[in-house]
Amino acid sequence: MDQNNPVIIEMKNITKTYIVGLEEVHALRGISLTVRKNEYIAVMGPSGSGKSTLMNIIGCLDTPTTGIYRFNGIDVSDMDDNELAKIRNKEIGFVFQTFNLIPRSNALHNVELPLIYANVARHERRERAIQALVNVGLGDRINHKPNELSGGQRQRVAIARALINNPSIILADEPTGNLDSKTGEEIMQLFEELHKKGNTIILVTHEEYIAEHARRIIRIKDGLIEADEVVNNRKVYA
Amino acid sequence: MINQIKEGLFISLNAIFANKMRSFLTTLGIVIGVCSVVLMSTAIKGVDNSFQQGISSLGSDVLYIDKFAWFGNEEFWKMRNRPNITFEDYLRFKSLAKLPIAIAPEAITVRNVKFRDRTAESIFITGSTNEFLATTNFTFKSGRFFNEIESDGGRDVAVLGYDIAENLFPNLDPVGMTVKIGGHSYYVIGVLKKQGSTLLGSYNPDKQVYVPIKSLFRHFGLNWRSIIIVVRAPNSQLLEETKIEAEQIMRQIRRLKAYEPANFSINQQEGLTKIYEQTVGVIQIGGLLITGLSLFVGAIGIMNIMFVSVKERTREIGIRKAIGATRKVIMTQFLLEASIISLIGGLIGLFFAIVLSYVVNQFIPTSVQISAVILAIFISFFTGIISGLAPAYTAAKLDPVESLRYE
Repeated sequence: MDQNNPVIIEMKNITKTYIVGLEEVHALRGISLTVRKNEYIAVMGPSGSGKSTLMNIIGCLDTPTTGIYRFNGIDVSDMDDNELAKIRNKEIGFVFQTFNLIPRSNALHNVELPLIYANVARHERRERAIQALVNVGLGDRINHKPNELSGGQRQRVAIARALINNPSIILADEPTGNLDSKTGEEIMQLFEELHKKGNTIILVTHEEYIAEHARRIIRIKDGLIEADEVVNNRKVYA
Repeated sequence: MINQIKEGLFISLNAIFANKMRSFLTTLGIVIGVCSVVLMSTAIKGVDNSFQQGISSLGSDVLYIDKFAWFGNEEFWKMRNRPNITFEDYLRFKSLAKLPIAIAPEAITVRNVKFRDRTAESIFITGSTNEFLATTNFTFKSGRFFNEIESDGGRDVAVLGYDIAENLFPNLDPVGMTVKIGGHSYYVIGVLKKQGSTLLGSYNPDKQVYVPIKSLFRHFGLNWRSIIIVVRAPNSQLLEETKIEAEQIMRQIRRLKAYEPANFSINQQEGLTKIYEQTVGVIQIGGLLITGLSLFVGAIGIMNIMFVSVKERTREIGIRKAIGATRKVIMTQFLLEASIISLIGGLIGLFFAIVLSYVVNQFIPTSVQISAVILAIFISFFTGIISGLAPAYTAAKLDPVESLRYE
């Protein structure tokens, strides 16, 4: 990783506290983290460790209770709903474990959706969405609805959707969790290509062998970063 | 924004067609609501039309001097004790009045009218003079009104109202025929064109027969009964002056002192219009309120189903928010969906209303007004918006993290 690459994510002492009934739950207890362009990071941790909360904050789906979060140099810790929605739209590409495609819309429309919210003109939208689907190898499936696609194909549609706005980071939450190992491996290979093309990727997983695709592994436990290590024996592809 | 609205439209239609049965049942409330509102306003319009027609056949510049007041609060038994208005009163009035362009007496009896084996039962027979014609706006289908000679001579001639002529002479011109009125032979000299009815059944010229008053007195001996003096002012501007003059002359005839109350009444259709407007106003407000209620029920139906729809699509809303939909976008989407459901219901309701208005037309001549159509479309659209507001707001402020986790 090039230490001269610009910083995309800068987190300082992030905490998140939920109030459940009368009790305070400290999901994050002071996380500091810097992510530079073109990094490939895996976030690991047992359930209840706070990694989901961290992902939600990184993805601007949620805001921290205290601490500073700068995204591309802009402080997003105190942004309101609508401002966050715009950041998510332009800067973050989500890939979920359950794919999260709109069930009644075909692949093309699903991929187009972020561009609709970004107010891109119809013609350009179409073109870019089709190109994105071709790039993930689904050029012949653009009119299929999610239930007409296999799991791997659905995740490819989701990846195409995540990439459509050229986001600063791709945030993948257990992207292979609902796939068989062979298909999962194919998806991981796709991420590898994306990384090579210069994308920044943050991957949440609890599978060690998936995490080993990344260049850097961050281990979370009890709301704190337990370890932040560089991967030496990276998986090698055929 | 245009993009968002298009997307909203697309999503809404998708959702509506994905749940056809549910959408249909939801729209039903609006269908019934809009249908009944439009039908009601159409029926009211019809009643109004027929009244206005009747009014114009009465003439807006005509006064009726009568023993009884047609409207108002005067007690009937007091009016009963008033002296009758006699034919002599009429003659004196006629010689004294200067303003009116026509003055005619009017005596009414109810008789059967027969032609060969056909009978029209309980028909209002109006006796008057040739001047009566000038107090009306009658038009003739054939023949003419009786002239001065026939009137003064009390000849047995009759002018038939349209409906009576149709009844007794289905395929024959009645003019020149002889009918029996209460057993007496009358020579038909004229038939009126359809005049339209007023709300007061007795004032439907289509169902009346007109004969010279002297003939009526001779055959039916009604001299002892009070008559009405019909007075027509030169125009409606001079109606008030004509009324004042009429009142003075009547007081003079009756030898009333200044402090004595009038023992006669001067009626005019303004009173009729007032009563009518009050009555119809109440019917209108009541009717629209009741039918509006069904629209309200429909709106609640939409609101209900929109809440269900928001709940069902919680996850979808989460996805949309995650990839950049703002609150406004989500809000717009659900408002559009609600208003489209409602608008579709409104259009269907309108269609039924137009079809049913042909049925109503059989009883009250009317048709659906363009204004009602436009109103119905607006109402259904806005009903949708209003009933969609609360559910759309709920959807818009959903937390993306929570909704993405929703199963």
